[in-house]
Amino acid sequence: MTELWQGLLKAIQLIVSLDPEIMEIAGRSLAIAATSCCLATLICLPLGSLIHFNRFRGKRLLTNVVQALYSVPTVAIGLFVFVFLSRAGPLGELGIMFTPIAIVLGQTLLITPIILGLTISALSGVDKAISETAISLGANRFQATTLTIREARYAILTAVIMGFGRAISEVGLSLMVGGNIKGFTRTITTAISLETSKGDIELSMALGIILVFLALVINIALNRLQQR
Amino acid sequence: MALLETIKLRQEYDGHDVLKEINLRIERGEVFALIGPTGAGKTTLLRLLDLLEIPASGTIYFDGVDVTTSRGERLEARRRMSFVQQRPVVFKMSVYDNVACGLRWRHESSKVIRGKVESTLGLVRMADYRNRNAWTLSGGETQGVAIARALVTEPEVLFLDEPTANLDPVSISKVEEVLGHIIREQRTTVVMATHDMSQGQRLAGRIGVMINGEILQVGSPNEIFSSPVSRELAEFVGVENILDGVVVAMDDGLVNIAVDGGTIQAVSEYAVGDKVYVLLRPEDITFALSKDISSARNVFEGKIARITTVEPLVRIEADCGFPLLGIVTKMSAQQLDLAIGKPVYASFKATAVHVIKRWD
Repeated sequence: MTELWQGLLKAIQLIVSLDPEIMEIAGRSLAIAATSCCLATLICLPLGSLIHFNRFRGKRLLTNVVQALYSVPTVAIGLFVFVFLSRAGPLGELGIMFTPIAIVLGQTLLITPIILGLTISALSGVDKAISETAISLGANRFQATTLTIREARYAILTAVIMGFGRAISEVGLSLMVGGNIKGFTRTITTAISLETSKGDIELSMALGIILVFLALVINIALNRLQQR
Repeated sequence: MALLETIKLRQEYDGHDVLKEINLRIERGEVFALIGPTGAGKTTLLRLLDLLEIPASGTIYFDGVDVTTSRGERLEARRRMSFVQQRPVVFKMSVYDNVACGLRWRHESSKVIRGKVESTLGLVRMADYRNRNAWTLSGGETQGVAIARALVTEPEVLFLDEPTANLDPVSISKVEEVLGHIIREQRTTVVMATHDMSQGQRLAGRIGVMINGEILQVGSPNEIFSSPVSRELAEFVGVENILDGVVVAMDDGLVNIAVDGGTIQAVSEYAVGDKVYVLLRPEDITFALSKDISSARNVFEGKIARITTVEPLVRIEADCGFPLLGIVTKMSAQQLDLAIGKPVYASFKATAVHVIKRWD
């Protein structure tokens, strides 16, 4: 028990003293998750609008598949990306295996279904009369779509934050395609898993606290948005 | 050349006809009201005219151009029109931005936009609302934003779908005042759907009566209200006395029509033996306590069967061998001391009677 308390105290000391290693790992985690999140959003906004605003066969099935992919295991995505990026794989020549780029790719794949699915439901939450009113006021299709996205902005932001939350907290994928290389691809979650198994509880705890803190911030932000 | 013209315009939803071969011409600068019961197809027709829907068949010409299907032409044409829908929705932005949207979509400069938005907000008397969140407004204020939003682009034709439905009386007169202003001052062509016939009379120069997806009669408000062409239309425009009759005599434009319980004189061209409906608006009937006061050709003695007060008027149902419904002011009802069972003389002019053919 005393060990635990000492570990916690040490962890807080590490955070308060802005320990360079911890800051570096946390910063990298944030940067990678944020990049994945931006990429996924860039894909999902147009794709989600395209799916929402067009009628086609299998639209419902597609939406269901996207929703089913919300809970795909991170290691499954990890395996998929691994197969593609490993030296013998189709994209092996790029040489991006075990780099932050590989993690970003994997996380983007992981959170695209979440952001896409939630974007589609955010858009369907907007009254149809909105886009019709826009069209009657002289908007072309693009302008009417932009307006609808604008009307759904809080719900879409919620989707993006959800995606970010999933990206920053996953571990399986970063470990498999990032390799947990110190000073290069080590993120909060991979560091925790390694340091804990090495017995370095203080560092793990410090990183764990940061992660919980981030989760808290994300949740507060989500709650605020949902009240809009 | 008519500003708007439809030829055999048809629309169907799920296989059943909502509009049946509508042929309509709207001239530039006119105010046309579509009246008809709910579900008659008024909204569908407006949506087709505003090019929000594609018709099942038929053609729409706007300013001489066929705009029925071509996407580019429809956008161009739509940018010269505006539509205020029945339950307008506002965008989640300020009142100012709501009104500015249409101009921004037309790529106007921000200076032009500011000038037009401000003057239009002034026109609907909502200048003080410019920074309010539009989604916090009341029903009447929302309607004001919707009208401002439609007017700011200076449309050549303005479509209004029940512009005052679901509004309180004060908001109704405010909206009608604004509409009256743009009709008189800006000479905008207006096509409005309303189920409020008096509103049609107040604002429109021409009225089309729509029932079950068809326009059954088009004419001036006076024609529509005094000379409906069918029993169905007569009922709809508030002709409450409809009697079955047969022409029994004719003399120089004046006919005698036998109805169940009496003979009515009317101005009509129908021939002896024709089966007809006698239509009489309740406000054209006067009541008196003695016979000789009236100079009208039709005077009938009867008893009051029912009295209903609808402030500020009183509806009198008299039994004169046949039922006659009349409307008098509350004041004259009191002066005549009208009461149930009291004998009265109901009179009306031969010119007040509208006669239409009965096909049965």
